[in-house]
Amino acid sequence: MDSQEQAKVGVRRTVIRTIAVLIGMFGFAFALVPLYDVFCSITGINGKVDATAKSVVHEEVDESRYINVQFITRGSPGLPWQMSVEMRQMSVHPGQMAEVDFTFTNNSSSESWGRAVPSVSPSTATTHLRKISCFCFQEQQLQGNERLTIPLVFQLARDLPDDINTITLVYTLYPIEHVIQNAALDNTLKSSANNELVNDPINNLSNTPKNNKAAGEAI
Amino acid sequence: MAPKLPPQPPLQHSTTAVADGQSHGHAAPPKGIFRWLLTTNHKEIGSLYLIFSLTMFFIGGIFALVVRAELFQPGLQLVEPEFFNQMTTMHGLIMVFGAVMPAFTGLANWMIPLQIGAPDMALPRLNNFSFWLLPVSFTLLLSTLLMPGGGPNFGWTFYAPLSTNFAPPSTTFFILALHIAGISSILGAINIIATILNMRAPGMRLMDMPLFVWTWLITAFLLIAVMPVLAGVITMMLMDINFGTSFFDAAGGGDPVLFQHLFWFFGHPEVYIMILPAFGIVSAIIPTFARKPLFGYASMVYATAAIALLSFLVWAHHMFIVGLPLVAELFFMYSTMLIAVPTGVKVFNWVTTLFRGSISFESPMLFALAFVVLFTIGGFSGLMLAIAPADFQYHDTYFVVAHFHYVLVPGAIFAIMAGVYYWLPKWTGHYPNEKLAQWHFWFSIIGVNLTFFPMHFAGLAGMPRRIPDYALQFADFNLLSSIGAFFFGASQLLFVLGVILCVRGGKKAPAKAWEGAEDLEWTVPSPAPLHTFETPPVFHRTSH
Repeated sequence: MDSQEQAKVGVRRTVIRTIAVLIGMFGFAFALVPLYDVFCSITGINGKVDATAKSVVHEEVDESRYINVQFITRGSPGLPWQMSVEMRQMSVHPGQMAEVDFTFTNNSSSESWGRAVPSVSPSTATTHLRKISCFCFQEQQLQGNERLTIPLVFQLARDLPDDINTITLVYTLYPIEHVIQNAALDNTLKSSANNELVNDPINNLSNTPKNNKAAGEAI
Repeated sequence: MAPKLPPQPPLQHSTTAVADGQSHGHAAPPKGIFRWLLTTNHKEIGSLYLIFSLTMFFIGGIFALVVRAELFQPGLQLVEPEFFNQMTTMHGLIMVFGAVMPAFTGLANWMIPLQIGAPDMALPRLNNFSFWLLPVSFTLLLSTLLMPGGGPNFGWTFYAPLSTNFAPPSTTFFILALHIAGISSILGAINIIATILNMRAPGMRLMDMPLFVWTWLITAFLLIAVMPVLAGVITMMLMDINFGTSFFDAAGGGDPVLFQHLFWFFGHPEVYIMILPAFGIVSAIIPTFARKPLFGYASMVYATAAIALLSFLVWAHHMFIVGLPLVAELFFMYSTMLIAVPTGVKVFNWVTTLFRGSISFESPMLFALAFVVLFTIGGFSGLMLAIAPADFQYHDTYFVVAHFHYVLVPGAIFAIMAGVYYWLPKWTGHYPNEKLAQWHFWFSIIGVNLTFFPMHFAGLAGMPRRIPDYALQFADFNLLSSIGAFFFGASQLLFVLGVILCVRGGKKAPAKAWEGAEDLEWTVPSPAPLHTFETPPVFHRTSH
């Protein structure tokens, strides 16, 4: 019957189209991961700063206004480090280069790696904050009980909007597992072996004992 | 996979019902368990979905009663907090994915072919596969409760990194179960779209279809648009847990807020997926029992489409407190408040349909009317939540719990029950016991309001969500809610009893079981024979 044939053709066409939408939306979900970053870097919201050094722009310093720049440091339960800053806040003119020292201290006796992830508030100031030299661009390695002082050199752009008078720069320390795959596997094995450690965040994030790391490095 | 059935010869005429529901003219289908395992019949599959969803409704309900039993009094009396968290999580997952969605899919399977004059769904074997994925998925999901470390305990919204870095080992199985259920929904949606677009009776334009078909068509589009996004999110979770990626781990360059964006991009359309078919059911029942055509058919269709489209633009109203920039908070606040407009159009149209109608109050109508009132109350608390600065106060309190339970329980669930009472005569050939149904209705009204209305006040007083114990000032509200919950839960047994009795016997129903019922399904005998509309019916356009 002709209408049945038509229906069959129509059904096939509908199925092909809906499956195409399906695959497209699945890909869209994964595409959103870089797309969010693109959106954030274009609009400057979310306080995400560029992870590359900017060069100094030689521009007139705007001496008519001071901006209060505050520094906040945060540790992480999985990393036995302390991060401190030379001064909690400083006043700078837009266009002026400024430098402030940060000190990292490894309070444990074994070496470890960490990274400081920055965040800027208000987020509209993000695109106007140029970092010329910053430890946040790379991971840091500290031997046991080592202390390291690194400067942050930055420059606020002269075209910083008038309604911004305070900028807060937050650095959060995160541990870096050098053997990432093994760490995840370790978590699973550890959890099933020791029930009581399942919900213990500190153990899950801590550095693995030496022999496990060696096993991981062999992979 | 399946053994080959004998080839079915094409039929020249409609077959009539025989006592055992089988029809002549086909080679005999298998009996016993294989009949149900291998059926490709939309009516049988619809019944399977409905029975499955009723079972899951009670399992999810029991989990809720464990929660309410612990919350009956301040203090930790009955369960460990870790187990309590598993109960709240599983209650949400089971109700959303195992009770509400399969129930609507079951109603769709039963009624869409009947309402458009099609002999079956477009892809009957895919239909069977879609159903049987669900028992597999939920057996897997429920079995996680018995695994070492317990089942999922991070809320039904399973935010990362709680659900990745700090989660029990069973989480990978939870992800697999959700993948399987997602595939089931997606395949069902493809089937429904293919059926509605290609197999309507000649002469039935899109704007002639009953609203239940329209709302399901739009819901199916929402499903294929957003279930893949959920699949993407849980795949990212799987990779973070097992393969060392850092989608949601800040230490590796990822972002926990990314999870929330991706989840709610799925999650908000998901809640509309759970309510649009309810709108369709109510739009069928109210005109029937008011003996008046639905007011504003076209605007109902456009309003439903508008709600579906807008639902893609509001997801971050679940995230007002994560630190979104002001411009984003404003955008999502305005777009969320905007959804109230087409929703209001629908509510006003239902009320206008009633105006000057000749109204009778059989059980389907009671549930449908309760839906209109109580869903609207749920909508009002939703509007309050939409106001971003106010939401700073309400977020993660019991005010939110009150809101979504009002739109889901006296909203979606009541609509499902209304649809069941409405269509049972067509399915079984008997009217449901009206006395029993009325008892069920009134007990449910009391139960649902006693359970969820105090939660508004508990939330406003500051009670947080997802806690096994609470400060003393919330005790009275929780006492009332727990009493209401047990009362409501017990009264649902009346529903089960009513359905079972109706299947087995009752007052005989004619083809047109309800005086004011107008759509195509009421032209076939009651109970509907296994095969209907083998030749397409002649469709007479009515007043649409």
